[in-house]
Amino acid sequence: MADVWIPTGMQILTDGNQRVQVVGRTVRQIINNLETQYPGTKSRIYDEEEDDLLPGVAVIVDGEASQLGLLERVEEESEVHFLPAIGGG
Amino acid sequence: MVDYQPNAVLSTQEFKVVGSRPIRHDGADKVTGRAQYGADIQLQGLLHGKILRSPHAHAKIKSIDASKALEMPGVHAVVTSADWEQPSGKIEDLAEGSIHNLRFLSNNVLAYDKALYKGHAIAGVAADNPHLAEQALMTIKVDYEVLPPVVTFRDALKGDAPILHERLQSLSNPGLRAGGYKSDDDTSKGTNLANQFEFKLGDIEKGFQEADLIIEKETNTSAVHQGYIEPHTGTARWNTDGSLTVWSSTQGHFNVRDLMSRMLGLPVSKIKVIPMEIGGGFGAKGIIYSEPVAALLAKKANRPVKVTMSRTEVFEASGPTSGTNVRVKLGATNDGKLVAAEAHLTFEAGAFPGSPVPGGCNCIFSAYDIPNTYLEGIDVVINKPKSAAYRAPGAPAAAFCMETAIDELCEKLGMDPLEFRLLNSAKEGTRRATGPLMPYVGFVETLTAAKEHAHYSTPLEGPNRGRGVASGFWGNGTGPASAMAIVNNDGTVNLVEGSADLSGTRVAFAQQAAEVLGIAVEDVIPSVGDTESVGFTSNSGGSGATFKTGWATYEAAQDVKRQMIARIAKVWEVSEGDVEYVDGVLQHKSDPELKMTFQQVAARQNATGGPITGQAGVNPGGAGPCLATHIVDVEVDPETGKVTVLRYTAVQDVGKAIHPGYVEGQIQGGAVQGIGWGLNEEYFTSDQGVMMNSTFLDYRMPTSLDLPMIDTVIVEVANPAHPFGIRGVGEVPIVPPMAALSNAIHGATGVRVNQLPMTPGAIMEAVWDKNGK
Repeated sequence: MADVWIPTGMQILTDGNQRVQVVGRTVRQIINNLETQYPGTKSRIYDEEEDDLLPGVAVIVDGEASQLGLLERVEEESEVHFLPAIGGG
Repeated sequence: MVDYQPNAVLSTQEFKVVGSRPIRHDGADKVTGRAQYGADIQLQGLLHGKILRSPHAHAKIKSIDASKALEMPGVHAVVTSADWEQPSGKIEDLAEGSIHNLRFLSNNVLAYDKALYKGHAIAGVAADNPHLAEQALMTIKVDYEVLPPVVTFRDALKGDAPILHERLQSLSNPGLRAGGYKSDDDTSKGTNLANQFEFKLGDIEKGFQEADLIIEKETNTSAVHQGYIEPHTGTARWNTDGSLTVWSSTQGHFNVRDLMSRMLGLPVSKIKVIPMEIGGGFGAKGIIYSEPVAALLAKKANRPVKVTMSRTEVFEASGPTSGTNVRVKLGATNDGKLVAAEAHLTFEAGAFPGSPVPGGCNCIFSAYDIPNTYLEGIDVVINKPKSAAYRAPGAPAAAFCMETAIDELCEKLGMDPLEFRLLNSAKEGTRRATGPLMPYVGFVETLTAAKEHAHYSTPLEGPNRGRGVASGFWGNGTGPASAMAIVNNDGTVNLVEGSADLSGTRVAFAQQAAEVLGIAVEDVIPSVGDTESVGFTSNSGGSGATFKTGWATYEAAQDVKRQMIARIAKVWEVSEGDVEYVDGVLQHKSDPELKMTFQQVAARQNATGGPITGQAGVNPGGAGPCLATHIVDVEVDPETGKVTVLRYTAVQDVGKAIHPGYVEGQIQGGAVQGIGWGLNEEYFTSDQGVMMNSTFLDYRMPTSLDLPMIDTVIVEVANPAHPFGIRGVGEVPIVPPMAALSNAIHGATGVRVNQLPMTPGAIMEAVWDKNGK
């Protein structure tokens, strides 16, 4: 199962856990399964209307900021983070 | 007399064209004045637009009467925010970190119901010439209800502070950096606290309990401007089919197109944006100011309109970077190991949410391996111009606090500052304070190169002199990018790519194409395509252009190779698998008689199947962060506090320097901007929110006359995620200089200056405080 790191502000929804194990082979599946385990988490990172990550949310899979968003593949031992997207200059 | 040390390239991988120093294709036009910048555009019937700006930092706009202006001969149109529909307050992602709350953005372009900073655009006028337009501005009557302004974050966060946006939603969601908008039925009290971010790693309390030594530090920085030499400019023309053409000085013409599409309610297919040559951007030209106003005026006047800012307008009405307050607490063991670190970063966003405080949080501890960390970032709105990106947004102010705190730690521990950094260096697999693991990076290599550099070991002699070091981190960006390689029948290639060229990127792309194709770089003719000539390409920013559009160029050139192999296999009547492409020559793998050059195949392309054009659209991951370490020697005049920079060396991991000359230029330019930020530059703002030094005479930026040569050491630790090992280089050079200077000033004077800029007056005050005067 993937190791999903929960943003500090969202840990109140995951019983205070910073890291949770979630099944999923894509980021979309991870988010959906996270919601099943911890209701209320999905709306903090997913835009229902656009069917995409919320604007400004970056997903980092195995240390790399994903360019595929919900489509990004997640492996069995992957590490997944949701962080603010950082703009450059 | 300072010995001059030639710039060094510590290379790990050699190529034929990549890594060489060809003359840039756009160089001659730029130095002879032939290059076309945004304000150079001339069109039939062109009108000139000027903007009426608020004299107040905070005011309700009760009414605008432009009737007198419209009566003036030669005045063709006046526009206000009433001339377009207010966009939704929903935040949108326009690709690659281009996150916008379009309502805030349109309100910044033309004020809706409030003026939120002195210089805020209220109305636009189009007239036969700029002087007439300015005269017309003076006749426009605006009825303001002046409100008390808030010009510091401390005042903005007080319970009784005037509120800038009644509908601003205070957020702590990781996603909503650009600020949220409350729904219409939410009647809760407004706030100036736009966003709050938190990151935790390990156990911070336990970490500090394990520390033998704890240092606490607080620093303050003022807003500074990016100082690009070319003001913002946009020209718009509506075509007879209802489409719009825009000429813009921009870092991202596709972003201009997409933003204008949302703001004007026009499909993207109806907007063409042509990027002109750009005289500097540094992040601040990834947003729009002039273009939408030009479009609105052009629509009303039924003639093309050009709107160009003056220098004062650039200072007062485009985005400086944030003023900041950063507090750091570090815990270390007696042998110098960092065990805990805590930081609170408060950044002033200006009139609308969206300071680079997430960037500051992302970078402040990232150069180091620290097991227990806590980070808090706060984004506050105040009555000053909306902040805009400036080279490694958020990181320089964060590093100013962190790297000077490290210097204090080293002093107390009696430890060499580079040895300390080597001991605590982040490496591949280090857990960052924001959570993810660090990928493969070259921090250890840059520290080692700095330690071994002659500058570091040369004794610094003479009174009132000091040496400082500091390091910096930047994450680097990427995003969608496109390129086309069009083979000409004379064996040259027209390379059309989508990245606005701020720093010589077009020659870097030409080099990459030439490397793949095995031809001379002079035979690749690069150009920046407009939004109808090349596929979508995200902004030239985030140090991402050479990486992402380099990938697109690489793939486009590979596409040419594939087509050529297929073509020649047909000519020779062999299978494609029997043909190989080596150094610009196509040859049969086993029959040495069968051989043709790239140029020969190019000459026969039409006769053998048609034109050969390679193309690629990419969105590559793996940009890879980069790190830098700077060394500076200064002399401080004990009577006046004036700082003279004696010697400066910048060491940086660049992955692979495609064109070392332009990489050196990026490093030197970033270092110089950091020196200006550290010693000279600040927005002097009155308590009524008026900038008092809005010209280059009073906003003092360093020139080449003020500084010695900036020596560079290019360390190449190849990025495994790029075929040539590229990492972005343009931003990290601005991160270390302020802290390096502060540490050097401490070496020279014994005092630590914890605010920027470290002006002569600020240094003397610190010296007098220390001496009890």
